[in-house]
Amino acid sequence: MSSAAEAEAKAVAAVAAISTRGVARDFTAGQQTIRVLHGIDLDVRAGELTYLVGESGSGKTTLISIMCGILWPTEGEVRLFGTDIYHLSDSDLVDFRLRNVGFIFQQYNLIPAIDAASNAAVPLIAQGMDRMEARDRAIELLAALNIADQADKLPNQLSGGQQQRVAIARALVHQPRLIVCDEPTAALDARSGRRVMDLLREVALADDRSVIIVTHDNRIFDLADRILVLEDGRITHDGRDMPKDH
Amino acid sequence: MVWIAIRMLTGDATKFYGLLFGIAFSTLLITQQLTIFVNLIERGASGVYNVPSADVWVMDPVSRTTDVHLPMPSTALDRVRSVAGVEWAVPHLRAAASVRTKEGDLEGVSVIGVDDATLIGLPRRMALGAADVLERPDAVVIDDVGTVRFFPVGYNPVGERLELNDQRAVIMGVADAIPSFTSQVTLYTRYSRALNFVPGTRNRLSFVLVGAAPGVEAKALATRITKDTGLRARTRDEFARDGVDFIIENTGIPLNFGITVLLGFVVGVAIVGLTFSLFIRDNIKQFGALKAIGVNNAKIRRMVAAQAGMVGLIGYGLGVLGTVGFIWGFSGNPTFKGFYIPWQVPLISLVAVTLILALTGWIALRRVLKTEPAAVFR
Repeated sequence: MSSAAEAEAKAVAAVAAISTRGVARDFTAGQQTIRVLHGIDLDVRAGELTYLVGESGSGKTTLISIMCGILWPTEGEVRLFGTDIYHLSDSDLVDFRLRNVGFIFQQYNLIPAIDAASNAAVPLIAQGMDRMEARDRAIELLAALNIADQADKLPNQLSGGQQQRVAIARALVHQPRLIVCDEPTAALDARSGRRVMDLLREVALADDRSVIIVTHDNRIFDLADRILVLEDGRITHDGRDMPKDH
Repeated sequence: MVWIAIRMLTGDATKFYGLLFGIAFSTLLITQQLTIFVNLIERGASGVYNVPSADVWVMDPVSRTTDVHLPMPSTALDRVRSVAGVEWAVPHLRAAASVRTKEGDLEGVSVIGVDDATLIGLPRRMALGAADVLERPDAVVIDDVGTVRFFPVGYNPVGERLELNDQRAVIMGVADAIPSFTSQVTLYTRYSRALNFVPGTRNRLSFVLVGAAPGVEAKALATRITKDTGLRARTRDEFARDGVDFIIENTGIPLNFGITVLLGFVVGVAIVGLTFSLFIRDNIKQFGALKAIGVNNAKIRRMVAAQAGMVGLIGYGLGVLGTVGFIWGFSGNPTFKGFYIPWQVPLISLVAVTLILALTGWIALRRVLKTEPAAVFR
């Protein structure tokens, strides 16, 4: 890389929410080592709704896991808002995640035994906030998501859509700077899926926050600010729209 | 996070109660069996405990316990009385005899002959009547186990006649005594009368009970008696210990109870381990999500420890309460008379429960800690 290109890359990294350089990841199965990511260089800007798209086995789950700090890369560097996260100690990385990353899982992974408000308040409680204060903050967010009246209900008393809103509230309650969202519309019909995406854009996206969505739901591709296509561990497309051959 | 952990635990009622049952059952088994064991082997010393006034027991050198003894010649009493530091010394006879009941059944009994003059050798308390009833003709005092064994519950046996070794004996009182190891019926009578009730060989004197003179230590006195008379002399505590040791050394009781206690531990580990691992397996996604969100391993450890601690505390409490209930429930039965829970027993079961939870909790925790946060995306 030339010094001018290097300077440009550093300048981009300085403003990028996420910056990966040469990220590779190997998995070992028996005596065989398989490389699932091949030197990913990527900059994700704040204020963008970014889709990570790819077939099963393309490496998108691995890449998203590395980008949000829950899976160590075999090679390369990952910076989240300027912090080289894999140079942090284990405990600092966990703490960094707790303060800077919000997760929306495909199966929501809500705790069945606690009510919606307490579920949404989990990141604040984990940060050490008083439980009732955290609950109050979570209820405010549930109100913004129009399910404040469901705050006292257990997850199994909520519909799938309501559970997803609780999961969204949990991802946002501690005001993280990165939201990672795994297949949010996979189990929804087209209309519900678009509504969830509108909701995410409305409540999650901000100038100082980045939202990355892993999906292969082509019904919502038009709602993205940026689409990254991953094939066999390499980014093969980076643009506002999906390539025509997909 | 501890609150969340507790809610996770109690939220799954089936597993929560399963865990409680496992710990409570294990605690009950360990505590109850140890309690019975301790009380049972202490019965080996009941013959000594029933005569609290004797500081020293003197016997033939080959005698081992109140029930395993070789009679001495009556001259032994005078030899003991001549030892310096002996305040008083009285004869004491213990022998086996047969009683024919009203129904015609034959029952084995222990006959204890107490000193004619002082009645030393009788239990301290009488449940019915007074000690001096033994001065009446053919009088015997029966222990409270005997009243239940020979007569209907609640029946007052005073005045009842017995056929004791083909001789007439009349029950004139009931002694409040600690039952013997075998819970055999005991009849107390005066020494001179006991000699008539129990046919025997030339030597009849089972023990000489000794009171130490003021300022004389029982241990020193026992040593002096042995030195001066050649007889075996044991202090009250030593002789009580001899009785307990005899049972431990000569019966399979410690092994059998030990096996049951071990079984309680193994059952506890099995039930709690299985239920705990099922609980963790069912919640592994939630734990994975918590780890991804940023709950560190130290907090996860505290969560699992809180879950184990809560189950342990409640389960242990229920188990000990169950044992107390058992002891209380059987307290009216003379066989269980005087049973108590030594403070060491709940402590031992607490250690066992802690070990069970530490072991099963560690196995469960290992699985949680090994779970990669990235697994939640798979």
